[in-house]
Amino acid sequence: MVQTKEEKRFHYIGHIIMALLAIGALIPIVLLVISSFTSNDEIIRRGYNFFPRELSLEAYRFIFISSDKIVRAYGMSFLVTALGTTASVIITTMMGYPLSRRDLPFCSGLTFVVFFTMLFNGGLVPTYLTYTGIFKIKNTLWALIIPNLLMNGFNVLLMKSYFATNIPFEIIEAAYIDGSGEFNTFLRIVVPMSKPIIATIGIFVGVAYWNDWNNGFIYLTTRTELYTIQNLLNRMIQNIQFLTQNPSNLAQASEGLSKIPSASIRMSIAVMGILPIVVIYPFIQNNFVKGITLGGVKG
Amino acid sequence: MTLGKKPMTFKKFRKYIPLYLMLLPGLTYLFINNYMPMAGLVVAFKNYNARKGIFGSDWVGFKNFEYLFKTDDAWIITRNTIGYNFAFIIINTCLAITVAIILSELHDSKLKKFYQSAILLPFLISTVIISYLVFAFLSSENGFINKSILPLLGMEPITWYGEPKYWPFILIIVNAWRVVGYNCIIYLATIIGFDRSYYEAAIVDGASKMQQIRHITLPLLRPTIIMLTLLAIGRIFYSDFGLFYQVPQNQGALYPTTNTIDTYVYRGLLQLGNISMSSAAGVYQSLIGFILVLSSNLLVRKIDRESALI
Repeated sequence: MVQTKEEKRFHYIGHIIMALLAIGALIPIVLLVISSFTSNDEIIRRGYNFFPRELSLEAYRFIFISSDKIVRAYGMSFLVTALGTTASVIITTMMGYPLSRRDLPFCSGLTFVVFFTMLFNGGLVPTYLTYTGIFKIKNTLWALIIPNLLMNGFNVLLMKSYFATNIPFEIIEAAYIDGSGEFNTFLRIVVPMSKPIIATIGIFVGVAYWNDWNNGFIYLTTRTELYTIQNLLNRMIQNIQFLTQNPSNLAQASEGLSKIPSASIRMSIAVMGILPIVVIYPFIQNNFVKGITLGGVKG
Repeated sequence: MTLGKKPMTFKKFRKYIPLYLMLLPGLTYLFINNYMPMAGLVVAFKNYNARKGIFGSDWVGFKNFEYLFKTDDAWIITRNTIGYNFAFIIINTCLAITVAIILSELHDSKLKKFYQSAILLPFLISTVIISYLVFAFLSSENGFINKSILPLLGMEPITWYGEPKYWPFILIIVNAWRVVGYNCIIYLATIIGFDRSYYEAAIVDGASKMQQIRHITLPLLRPTIIMLTLLAIGRIFYSDFGLFYQVPQNQGALYPTTNTIDTYVYRGLLQLGNISMSSAAGVYQSLIGFILVLSSNLLVRKIDRESALI
């Protein structure tokens, strides 16, 4: 098809607008990465900038050699993300499947129980009082995994509608007639047929766990050794000394403080916080787009 | 169930026991994580005492609400929450539609993929890290703007974290930066689904690109725009806690323009230990939020059954 002049101009302008937006989206991240490789003195002299005169690895050296807290928090992030995502995907799949079975007695009532949580919620105060007062999860590993993140109504309903539209009831019935129990049918037939939606929800949940700072922020008050990388970053905004604070050895702490490259290390830890997301980004992006399109405007 | 019709035999019911067992973990979780806190909302009508717990504390009626609405805070947090949401809805919707239309018209699939990837990335970064990104630009001592941009323009450094007047702009920009790549996905998917024959007919009639957008794309997109906007209006009483707490770094000087219902509830509960005020603000949010979500969804349902939650 021949492009008219007007069409050519439209494409030209479209590319310019999109290129500017793409640069705008990436530029703060570029500044972050460059700053993390800039020497601390240079930042103090000339501020965070795109063309530093003095590069340095001191921030990264500090992360891996001088502080065990950062590596530890990084490990906690991976641990919480792995445990939380696995548990969440299992619970969500197990809940979505029965709700997709229209032959199940009370099915619509049970679906409403899930759905109502999307309309109404108790908010922070009663949630906090319930978890701390009744379940005593304050300052435990559970606090990072259970509140708010473990399962949500939206993912369950997304799963349910996928099962309802993509798994013909005839297959399930045929399996039943052949003597397959419900658990067996679920594991051997339903789950293998639903890998795409399981991957999508796994990505939604995994990103949410990796990026979560709220739970640690609210529920971890004394046991800071359970901090994830996000909690550590959050704590460092106000208090960079936290990195070298060690209650058993105060003398060492003040000595350590003078050595922290405080302006660059903030940025290098943030870079480490984004890194896993960037590494698996193509995979995340495809699944995100798929999930949002599946969920339609409900997302 | 089947009462009055065919009575369900135990044998038939037994067949479904495994399915109910599968539901059990999820239902238990919803009970703990969602339904118990809903019941816990009664704490706003009590004088909370940690020893007695939510349900054992003494009733005080509407006292907590009286105190809350006597303060200026109630007005400020309501104004901020609703005001920011309106600004977000208008600006982000316009940007998302523009981006979706441009992307749908471009042919170069590699570049298109790159643009899309770049603008979605900010959505996947945690708010804590976003607050670091903003800090790199706005820090008083080391920030890129104070150290590199303002001297270039011959302007004095600005203490960004001490001046509330700049923050409506900063927060609107940061939020648009974060969500536009995400918001345009649904619009783009909708546009791609349009029947191409409209466009072919328009081209035969000699319509320009801009005319096609104005007279075909936008009218066809209208139901989607209305629906997404209505759903967003339903959530107008909720704010992104991270955006309003982390990005301004919880600076007291900025509260007049950064305090929203969510940050107010958090500070009341965990920094000031003022559970009565905090829980009253929480109920205020939950109830009005519920009414808004419900009515916006009922409205959407009238337009298009499929798109509504209900």
